[in-house]
Amino acid sequence: MTMIPQPRQGLRAWLLTDTPTSRTHARLSALYQSWLSFRGNQMAMFGLGILVFLVFVAAFAPLLAPHDPFTQNLLARLRPPGSAGYLLGSDSLGRDILSRLIYGSRITLYIVTLVAIVAPVVGLFVGTVAGYTGGWVDIVLMRITDIFLAFPRLVLALAFVAALGAGIENAVLAISLTAWPPYARIARAETLTMRNSDFIHAVRLQGAGPLRIIIRHIWPLCISSLVVRVTLDMAGIILAAAGLGFLGLGAQPPTPEWGAMISDGRRFILDHWWVATMPGLAIFTVSLAFNLLGDGLRDVLDPKEGSQ
Amino acid sequence: MAGIAEIRPKEGRRKSPFRAALEKAAKTIVTVVVTMLGLLFITFFIGRVMPVDPVLSIVGERASKEVYEAAYKALGLDQPLIVQFFLYIRDVVQGNFGISLRTGFPVADDIRRVFPATMELATLGTIFGVLLGVPLGVLAAVKRGTWIDQIARVIALIGYSMPVFWLGLIGLLLFYGILGWVGGPGRLDIFFQDEVPQVTGMILIDSLLDGNLEVFRNALTHIILPASLLGYYSLAYISRMTRSFMLEQLNSEYIITARVKGLSERAVIWQHAFGNIKVQLITVIALSYAGLLEGSVLTEIIFAWPGIGSYITTSLLSADMNAVMGGTVVVGLVFVLLNILAELLYQFFDPRAK
Amino acid sequence: MKPIRHMLFGAAVAVVTGLTGLTAIAATPPNMLVIANRIDDITTLDPAQSFEFAGGDVSHNIYNKLVNFDPANLDAGYGPDLAESWTVSKDGRTITFKMRPGVKFASGNPVTAKDAEYSLRRAVILKKTPSFILTQFGFTPENVKDTIVATDDMTLRITTDKRYATSFVLNSMTATIGGIVDSKVVKAHAVNGDMGNEWLRTHTAGSGPYVLGSWKPNESITLVANPNYYGGAPAMKKVVVRHIQESSTQRLLLERGDIDVARNLNPEDIAGIRGKPGLAVDSELRGRIMYIAFNQKNKILANPKVQEALKYLIDYKGMQDSFLKGQYVIHQSFLPATFLGAISDNPYSLNIEKAKKLLAEAGYAKGFSVGIIVREAQERLEMAQSIQNTFAKAGITVKLTVGTGKQILGIYRARKHDIYLGAWGPDYPDPNTNASTFAWNGDNSDAAGLTGVLAWRNSWDNPKITKETEAAMIEGDRAKRAKMYEATQREFQKVAPFAIMFQKIEQTGRSDKVKHLSLGGAITAVSYWPVTK
Repeated sequence: MTMIPQPRQGLRAWLLTDTPTSRTHARLSALYQSWLSFRGNQMAMFGLGILVFLVFVAAFAPLLAPHDPFTQNLLARLRPPGSAGYLLGSDSLGRDILSRLIYGSRITLYIVTLVAIVAPVVGLFVGTVAGYTGGWVDIVLMRITDIFLAFPRLVLALAFVAALGAGIENAVLAISLTAWPPYARIARAETLTMRNSDFIHAVRLQGAGPLRIIIRHIWPLCISSLVVRVTLDMAGIILAAAGLGFLGLGAQPPTPEWGAMISDGRRFILDHWWVATMPGLAIFTVSLAFNLLGDGLRDVLDPKEGSQ
Repeated sequence: MAGIAEIRPKEGRRKSPFRAALEKAAKTIVTVVVTMLGLLFITFFIGRVMPVDPVLSIVGERASKEVYEAAYKALGLDQPLIVQFFLYIRDVVQGNFGISLRTGFPVADDIRRVFPATMELATLGTIFGVLLGVPLGVLAAVKRGTWIDQIARVIALIGYSMPVFWLGLIGLLLFYGILGWVGGPGRLDIFFQDEVPQVTGMILIDSLLDGNLEVFRNALTHIILPASLLGYYSLAYISRMTRSFMLEQLNSEYIITARVKGLSERAVIWQHAFGNIKVQLITVIALSYAGLLEGSVLTEIIFAWPGIGSYITTSLLSADMNAVMGGTVVVGLVFVLLNILAELLYQFFDPRAK
Repeated sequence: MKPIRHMLFGAAVAVVTGLTGLTAIAATPPNMLVIANRIDDITTLDPAQSFEFAGGDVSHNIYNKLVNFDPANLDAGYGPDLAESWTVSKDGRTITFKMRPGVKFASGNPVTAKDAEYSLRRAVILKKTPSFILTQFGFTPENVKDTIVATDDMTLRITTDKRYATSFVLNSMTATIGGIVDSKVVKAHAVNGDMGNEWLRTHTAGSGPYVLGSWKPNESITLVANPNYYGGAPAMKKVVVRHIQESSTQRLLLERGDIDVARNLNPEDIAGIRGKPGLAVDSELRGRIMYIAFNQKNKILANPKVQEALKYLIDYKGMQDSFLKGQYVIHQSFLPATFLGAISDNPYSLNIEKAKKLLAEAGYAKGFSVGIIVREAQERLEMAQSIQNTFAKAGITVKLTVGTGKQILGIYRARKHDIYLGAWGPDYPDPNTNASTFAWNGDNSDAAGLTGVLAWRNSWDNPKITKETEAAMIEGDRAKRAKMYEATQREFQKVAPFAIMFQKIEQTGRSDKVKHLSLGGAITAVSYWPVTK
């Protein structure tokens, strides 16, 4: 007999069972086993840790930040890190960089969430519909995908932002809209391998309509490979948002968006290196975390590995 | 980055090889044309919904209403959109991209000037990326899970995660400002400008054609830093993909068989496993190359490199739609051609496709 | 904390690499001047059309005008250039110029009154953007045959539609559009009746100290000395202006000796090179004015008390002494210092209590929400954020809208903004240039479309001030004219919906070998020909 309380052990055993009793049971069980193998990957866990920390910082920003991120003090501008009251220094308007970084984590999370919602969903929809329907729908959708793929991405994003107006939402939307074509291709490829499989035939025989089949049966199976791809792309997306910020089309001042902060600070890089470097390190850390996480997820969720 | 060229399901009916090839060529041409038309269509309408007024770019802030309206008419903006679009297509088909509002030169001339600059940079960057990225990826795959693998991973992830303008400015400060090892921003020192006749527009090549080694060396000192920077980003991508491909091969049955047969480890890795991923790698390299062609805007700005990325961007910001469309078409065309090339190679070499 | 360069230097020393030292040759040749500047605004070199800063710089060194400024003594005002002397008729409407004898164009053709006639007529007939500088005197494409006439090879007579201050007419002639082109050469290159406009876009035909060597848009522009220049060939045989966007990049180039002059250094980089051996910093007051304007279509902003309150809610001194340090100086009237009639009264300063009181009197004790539009440019963004910050102290919530220059300008010209933050530079060195845009508004209706007039853009119509500017424009007595502008500006400071904040100081980093470089002050463009090194 073990000392661990019964229900807990029961849960563990239930999750690790070889004979699932229901579909939900089977899914949860698979999920738990993936988690166990994921947990063994130290780098990935490290990445996850950073992201959990990020969420924590964002949630408790007002409690953690030593200053208001917007309060200016023109008499205390460009203070180096470590000066009294400015742990990471102050920027050109005398605002505390640490506080701005802390509040900026909310914006970073916002970007990440928004992109994760828009881009894969569009890609998933286009890809699965094309793959499942086939015929001219497939041809048309894939041609459109190709066109967007061949489009210089920054031009497309810039054009969207310019048309919709500068701002963080529009920047993210623009980036998402340029990010979907690869997802559509992946989803289509996956759908093609599934379209003629026995279980889809079985579902079809039961009288399910095409939309239902796509949403209920094909989407869930495409998601794992998409999740991996999105996580790996996330770093690029944060950087792209920062890049738009560099061109003045991202977050509007005085928003403490990290990319905009770097772009502010790049003027001082030769003499006041911290103004650009601190947010640079923040972006680096978070994108590193996403990459580590994505690498780990790939090992767990996508056994084919090399096939993207 | 875009996905790998996919293998289309084989047609059921058998056709004569000649006819199949012909059909294939026709299909490819149709694809290119449709894609290019689509590109033009989208750019054109983006240009029209942009809240930036192209007329202001020409006449400037102080223009009176009369001057403004004359310029408005001269641009043909008073015609219906659809007419403007067809007029534009007609011109493009004749190789006329119109006049850039921002530089005042024909867009085709501008592109002829800026595209080689970017191509030179992207080509050298890709060469760096391949020379370092491929061995790094292979090594990481062979030593999977060891510290070598982890280091390779971190090197690549830093490449993925580092904001390019930050790295660019620091690199410039260190190697040019402090150490003086490399030439400064721009493509050449000022006294070497216009020294060699322009043939390809790529100074490294032009100076060799001219036999002017001094210019070649000077150009090299200028390009080495931005190219290394781009090379690093391409290295990050290429090394990760190489690792993935290699792992897939190393786990496959025939490699195990080869090992059992007693082949040397080196032969197994380089002849068998690596031999099989060459084709996939070509696709990846082509895509990464295309990415560098258009994705180096920030590098170009920091290094005062007069390339197509910054050309398109600044044109877009000033609503110079002729320039944007011209640039987009050229970049898009190169992208499509690279894609087709990769697909052809894929189908030509891939044993499964035969 | 040590600056990053020290840290990096340490790191660099520690790093032992196989990279061979490919050190570039430092220092530019002694008879060549290399300048870093932002020149991406040049779209044409035709003096009848060129209207942006960088284009004006080029034109100033290639084309002579009838009258011009002496770069060594800008305060003296205009003096003879291609015209040796001039006389004014009794009614003040006709000016007769006597041409300088023996002057040749770069092509070798002699400069005659016929060339001057052709150039000025051409500028009027082509009707490009800057043509208003000439047409404001009543010249039209139809009447130039009679109003701009070369009576013989050495005499040019111009007749305005009514009496104007002579200084106003002659000051306008010093603008880029007054450049005299070689009529023989230009006529030879005319196509489809464009009077050589297309050819002159990329070629030059002047008599000035330099001729165009080459122009690569967004890359560089090269000027080559004109051996025929009547003032003697300049010391710098070649002048290269490179387009370098980033201040940091310009500074590195300057420190390495790859350029002689850096023109777009920000205050931090100026501070960084100050005191470095071999480098020097120049400060020159320029004509650009930085201001914010309140659109009178907005009911709240139309309230005079609110306007006054807002003028007290700007931290002029804080900005001047911090992020604008050395590059802008507080200046609260619409004529730049050094202009005729300029005043130095700066009545407003940050006074939150007073502003709150004024807002309460206006019925906005709790403040209100308002938008500011501003172009994406670092110093403007910082000003906007500082203003946002001080406005908030009186309860006013500011939403910033940042866009590209053209985008913001589009909103502004359409009168769709609340508050605009931006700059204005004089078009020609006469007080009327700014008075006619800040103070004058001939017709405030939307239909009038006076999009070039700032008062119109902000729907501000003050008939009294409009009349005053019209009167000052034609006053012949210089001293009296100055007094009139002074009075108008004092009135303007009180009642206009403009908070004029700063005047630009251009700080230039240069190698200390470079001497006699004049940027042109508040009134004209840069002069390369006196430069030695």
